[in-house]
Amino acid sequence: MTAETSFDIVVIGAGPGGYVAAIRAAQLGMKVAVVEGSHLGGICLNWGCIPTKALLKSSEINHLLHNLDQYGFKAEKVTFDFKKIVERSRAVSKQLTGGIGHLMKKNKITVLMGLAKLQGKGKIEVSPSKWLEGVKGVEKTEIITAKHIIIATGARARVIPGFEPDKKLVWTYREAMVPTEMPKSLIVVGSGAIGIEFASFYRNMGADVTVIEAVDRIMPVEDEEISAIARKQLEKGGMKILTGAKLQKLDKGANNVTAHVEVGGKVEKLTADRIIMAVGVVANTENLGLENTKVKVDRGFIVTDQYLQTGEPGVYAIGDVAGAPMLAHKASHEGIICVEKIAGLKDVHPMKKENIPGCTYCTPQVASVGLTEKAAKEKGYTVKVGKFPFIGNGKAIALGEPEGLIKTVFDAKTGELLGAHLVGAEVTELIQGYVLGKTNELTEAEFMHTVYAHPTLSEMMHESVLSAYGRAIHF
Amino acid sequence: MPISILMPALSPTMTEGKLAKWTKKEGDKIKPGEVIAEIETDKATMEVEAVDSGKIGKILVPAGTEGVPVNKLIAVLLEDGEDASTIDAYLANDNGKKPATASTAQAETKTTAAAPAAAPVAQASGARVFATPLARRIAKDKGINLSNIRGSGPHGRIVKSDVENAKPGAASAPRAGNVPSGPGARQLSDLLGMSYDAQPVSGMRKTIAARLSESKQTIPHFYLTTDCRIDALLKARAALNDAAGGKYKLSVNDFVIKAVAAALMKIPAANMAWAETEVLQYKNADISVAVATPNGLITPIIKEAQNKTLPQISSEMKDLAARARDGKLKPSEYQGGTFSISNLGMYGVKDFAAIINPPQACILAVGAGVEQPVVENGQIVVGTVMSVTLSVDHRVVDGAVGAEYLKAFKDCIENPILMLV
Repeated sequence: MTAETSFDIVVIGAGPGGYVAAIRAAQLGMKVAVVEGSHLGGICLNWGCIPTKALLKSSEINHLLHNLDQYGFKAEKVTFDFKKIVERSRAVSKQLTGGIGHLMKKNKITVLMGLAKLQGKGKIEVSPSKWLEGVKGVEKTEIITAKHIIIATGARARVIPGFEPDKKLVWTYREAMVPTEMPKSLIVVGSGAIGIEFASFYRNMGADVTVIEAVDRIMPVEDEEISAIARKQLEKGGMKILTGAKLQKLDKGANNVTAHVEVGGKVEKLTADRIIMAVGVVANTENLGLENTKVKVDRGFIVTDQYLQTGEPGVYAIGDVAGAPMLAHKASHEGIICVEKIAGLKDVHPMKKENIPGCTYCTPQVASVGLTEKAAKEKGYTVKVGKFPFIGNGKAIALGEPEGLIKTVFDAKTGELLGAHLVGAEVTELIQGYVLGKTNELTEAEFMHTVYAHPTLSEMMHESVLSAYGRAIHF
Repeated sequence: MPISILMPALSPTMTEGKLAKWTKKEGDKIKPGEVIAEIETDKATMEVEAVDSGKIGKILVPAGTEGVPVNKLIAVLLEDGEDASTIDAYLANDNGKKPATASTAQAETKTTAAAPAAAPVAQASGARVFATPLARRIAKDKGINLSNIRGSGPHGRIVKSDVENAKPGAASAPRAGNVPSGPGARQLSDLLGMSYDAQPVSGMRKTIAARLSESKQTIPHFYLTTDCRIDALLKARAALNDAAGGKYKLSVNDFVIKAVAAALMKIPAANMAWAETEVLQYKNADISVAVATPNGLITPIIKEAQNKTLPQISSEMKDLAARARDGKLKPSEYQGGTFSISNLGMYGVKDFAAIINPPQACILAVGAGVEQPVVENGQIVVGTVMSVTLSVDHRVVDGAVGAEYLKAFKDCIENPILMLV
């Protein structure tokens, strides 16, 4: 039994949406509890964003070690210990989730490790969870109350009937993150951020990787041109990519799977050690007691207004459970908007989805914000498009990363930056310059007037804008 | 607890003003209704009265400060028995936020409900406007004056959506005054070594500059001129003034006001305002009469002039003109006319064309009554002729309507007896 049972805010779920909301609420002087059924930090810190970055770093090192000659090095008998690579990823995750625990304590936030269920009228039942990982949870079911309840339960991998993950041969991101041994060959179904990152990791580690994507290009949310460049680079790195391809059937062997894939009217059989299903995620709306409230769920997601309020007064939803884009930073930002609105702060602004960046950490990296060129035209904008290739940038050449493109899309009428689309080395770190400018409504003029340090990759951001107005200097 | 005194809004459109003078100093005891300060707005100087009693603890905005935003804390009042030492704590605690016990100082201002549809008095330009670059550009392209827009962004910054949502009515932008083309007068004068005295621009001057630039740049003016013979009017005026026994003394201008109003009742299609998505036809003839003051032009209003007698118009006009010259008009007395008159006849000006006073559609420029030869029944005789020019907003009043109106006016002014019916 916890000492406290009534709170100003109870946050359900301690992922990047929930824990950030809790900290912000505590900063604003509210009495806060977080109920978490599995692990602090959510998928992001435990099974998503962070541990994959650790794995990808290792695989990039492996890739580099096999291409040392271009930098004047010679190394022989380069080997790796796969177990240690996975262990490092877990250690990174553990360090960060431990950090969340400290942040909760520092902000005097009550953490209840258990499953939450809304009972209506601000009551929440918290019961023991079987999903806990290495932490002590609540021992028996108890009731807590809250003036405001924020649902931040996130999402999980989508399962397609007939292709259910079995943890052995058919993986989700979860198994793909902690393999006990390195598969020699792999099929990845789905070329969104999750699929393509795992494909990139395993390919850079040396596996034969085939990506199957149902639509006609990879990373379908990205700009067509960027997606084409990324594909070319991934294929150059040895990845096989089948687009317009449909997984029809799966035959499981003793230690391999055979996928029947229909491409262009013909069925191909592909055999690999493992197959990863990365065909999107679904929101965790079940077993929350939503039926005891007026919370509405539409197409799997909780319906909210622009300040994250659901149909039930005093109940809010943020992050993946409240809809796309399914990104940690979107969840965190929504958490802050939601809490500040509850606190009655002035100057709280609804999220503008066109200002949320998206990053994919494959090789080459892909990053974007706002409208693609095609989407902008479909919306009726007359656009000015700027493009600058990595080959025109001194720093990129010096780094040995001459492949990539920075593309900017402007509204020809107003000079508004409608979108920015980047592919190439380190673009996930570059994108923020455009996000800052776009959020604060800079026009092409301010981007042009800004001084970009030399020599940096960021100079390409300048050149791309200049290019949109026919003024690029180095290309 | 100390009481905050906030910058009052003296008119519905006021957003800032100049704190011209404190009539009380720190330590003075004040009673409700006592004048504590004078505030100069775009058009007038107004007295600010205390609402609460107490002692002025601290004056936070010194006299002479321009551009003081409405609701800014300008002074702190101490209640009986309170010590000045409480002020610092109060201010620190309050941190500039609007205090719960705030008493906005009241100015004796009553606004008539009949405020016109679209008369956002342009704010004094020059105050810094916070807006994103994109908002600025869209505003510029659309001709929207950012100072008329409320910002919804961080710290009230104007963002794209604010400009996009700005009503077309607010799109009347005084671009001139803000953006001089070519080198500024000051720069050029210095460059050429010309000698001059520079004076700061008063709130009134700023408003005149902004509104008239806006009018001349955005309203498609056209002009109609006619000569009116006023011998009958002069005769009637003399007779009426003789009969008044000193109770009143009618001027030619009083007759002009009466005739303008009477003609508007005959041709209501000239009593109009352009409101972008609609046109307004006013029911009353509220006549704005241009009055020159030491600080510049102002247009007090004879309301419902169609229902007023000549002596009523005459005495009201004398009072308004006198208070206009002293800068003591209330906003409701100069905001919201439906038709304007500018008379320069007393200076001997024969005829001229005036700039429309938005959102009104017409202004009548009245010249001097001059004796001149006129042809009457084939004979040349001496007659007194007054030339008038009507400036018309073609968006809302067409040429033929303007001409009809001018004819109705001419009929009234030439046959003043018609105004009796």
